[in-house]
Amino acid sequence: MAGTPMVKAEAVHKNFGRLEVLRGIDLEVAPREVMCMIGPSGSGKSTFLRCINHLEKIDAGRLSVDGELVGYRQQGDKLYELRDAEVCRKRSEIGMVFQRFNLFPHMTALENVIEAPLRVKRESRAVAVDQGRRLLERVGLAEKVNAYPNQLSGGQQQRVAIARALAMQPKLMLFDEPTSALDPELVGEVLDVMRGLAEDGMTMVVVTHEMGFAREVGDSLVFMDGGVVVEEGKPKAVLTNPQHERTRTFLSSVL
Amino acid sequence: MADAVAQRPEAIKAVPVRHPGRWVAAVVVLAVAAAIVYTIAAAIQSDLTSFGSGWAAVGHYVFHRLILQGIVVTLELTVLAMVIGIILGVILAVMRISPNPVVSSVSWFYVWFFRGTPVLVQIFFWFNLNLILPHIGIGIPFTSIWWQVSTNTLITPFMAATLGLGLNEAAYMAEIVRAGIISVEHGQTEAAQALGMDRLLVMQRIVLPQAMRVIIPPTGNETISMLKTSSLAFAASVTELFTRQQQIATATYAVLELLIVASIWYLVMTSILTVGQYYLERRFGRGTQRGLPMTPFQRFRRMLVTFHAPPPATQEAPVVLPSEHR
Ligand SMILES: Nc1ncnc2c1ncn2[C@@H]1O[C@H](COP(=O)(O)OP(=O)(O)O)[C@@H](O)[C@H]1O
Ligand SMILES: [Mg+2]
Repeated sequence: MAGTPMVKAEAVHKNFGRLEVLRGIDLEVAPREVMCMIGPSGSGKSTFLRCINHLEKIDAGRLSVDGELVGYRQQGDKLYELRDAEVCRKRSEIGMVFQRFNLFPHMTALENVIEAPLRVKRESRAVAVDQGRRLLERVGLAEKVNAYPNQLSGGQQQRVAIARALAMQPKLMLFDEPTSALDPELVGEVLDVMRGLAEDGMTMVVVTHEMGFAREVGDSLVFMDGGVVVEEGKPKAVLTNPQHERTRTFLSSVL
Repeated sequence: MADAVAQRPEAIKAVPVRHPGRWVAAVVVLAVAAAIVYTIAAAIQSDLTSFGSGWAAVGHYVFHRLILQGIVVTLELTVLAMVIGIILGVILAVMRISPNPVVSSVSWFYVWFFRGTPVLVQIFFWFNLNLILPHIGIGIPFTSIWWQVSTNTLITPFMAATLGLGLNEAAYMAEIVRAGIISVEHGQTEAAQALGMDRLLVMQRIVLPQAMRVIIPPTGNETISMLKTSSLAFAASVTELFTRQQQIATATYAVLELLIVASIWYLVMTSILTVGQYYLERRFGRGTQRGLPMTPFQRFRRMLVTFHAPPPATQEAPVVLPSEHR
């Protein structure tokens, strides 16, 4: 793998008080790679994504995005904590999609999408609206531009949330179980949008229980348990021929 | 499925349940209320004033120039005190949830102090500030730039009352705003942060607008309450409604009559505020409710028709939107 990895984790540790949630994560995500993560509930998948997006501070190890340390600046052999403004700028370059959508309920679909370009990037309204409409069209919601979130189905809300994240032109997209809160018949429409993104070359880290998606779209698959990466490899290999007992047990419980 | 519609059985017609107990209770309550009102009204009627009966005096003073002037001052006090209370309250609430422990402690201390002492004491404090602090000034240390005024010029009785009421209100508003902020799901903050919004933007654009739904109703109550509490400005000799009626009552001995005049006006003003509060709440419910609740008039009409407690707002059938496919 040539060039700087988009995400590089070396022995990443994170604890909440005395609870060790991440206990030494090592992995790399190359540009344009789609990495899927699976693992039992409580294994630290969400926490790891949140660390990548500066929503949590790591306690030990190294984590970098696109060659730059997350949360710190290195000068010589000294680390300096990033100031709030720098953290915000870095977050704005990473898109995040949540299990519960978290759309802003007091704004229409379009307003949700243009909010950050307007306020964070300070784009002109005309440019932001134009881009916002195109993004909503791209996720198949051209008709729902003026709908409020509570007038949309779960699948539609999640697609707006994806458009909202894309509006900041991120170099990396993080998905935390984007289809887990959806009725089964709505899962497909969201996965279709994500598949489209992958085809367009977006770098993605996707926590998911959709093994079909992981197999077809994922370039790599990581199985996490107890705050460590237990197994990593080509999705087909991990799914059909897991090397570890824990992976086997987990897969047999979800498949 | 067309024939399923055709086979729909005819609508149920049944004799409704009678509620005789409700009628008895209603009659008893009305009778007791009428007796109390009648006793007081008759007593006032028989009270002799310079205008004849007590009610004549009420009629004469209700639109008296001094009373109307007092109303204006009451409204000014209420508006100013609430503006101070709301602005300072929002600042205190945001300070309270600040990660900086000094900032949040200052906010905590403020609320503790101003909620823990009577408003009357606070109004008196500002009113009498000149006793210990004859001049108030600000200046830049180590320079000769210095500006000061006499406390009596700066803190007029009206200012003393406004400060007392407003600073006290800020403590209550801080708690109300904080409750509103806490009511907004944490996922909202997280989603906004993930988009790169800083703390101020998140608060201003995402959290506070959603907190409004929780903040508005108690703020309306606070405003209504402030309208009445402003009568404590009496203690600082501010010529608001209560002080005015008291002045006239002292001169004319029509004590109860003027209390009734004041009460009428307080009731008029609080009623107007209550209606305003109702429509404000409806407005801020947008985007959070599918069907708007009924207006009071709709509820009242419905109550007359059914003689039931007004039912909760009817939930419109959820809008089913076809999920379009690419
Ligand atoms: N903010 C927090 N404070 C304390 N414990 C937390 C916090 N967030 C997550 N945890 C704990 O960390 C563990 C891992 O959580 P999470 O990363 O959400 O797992 P997953 O997404 O794999 O289900 C869980 O035991 C959870 O209770
Ligand atoms: Mg999770």
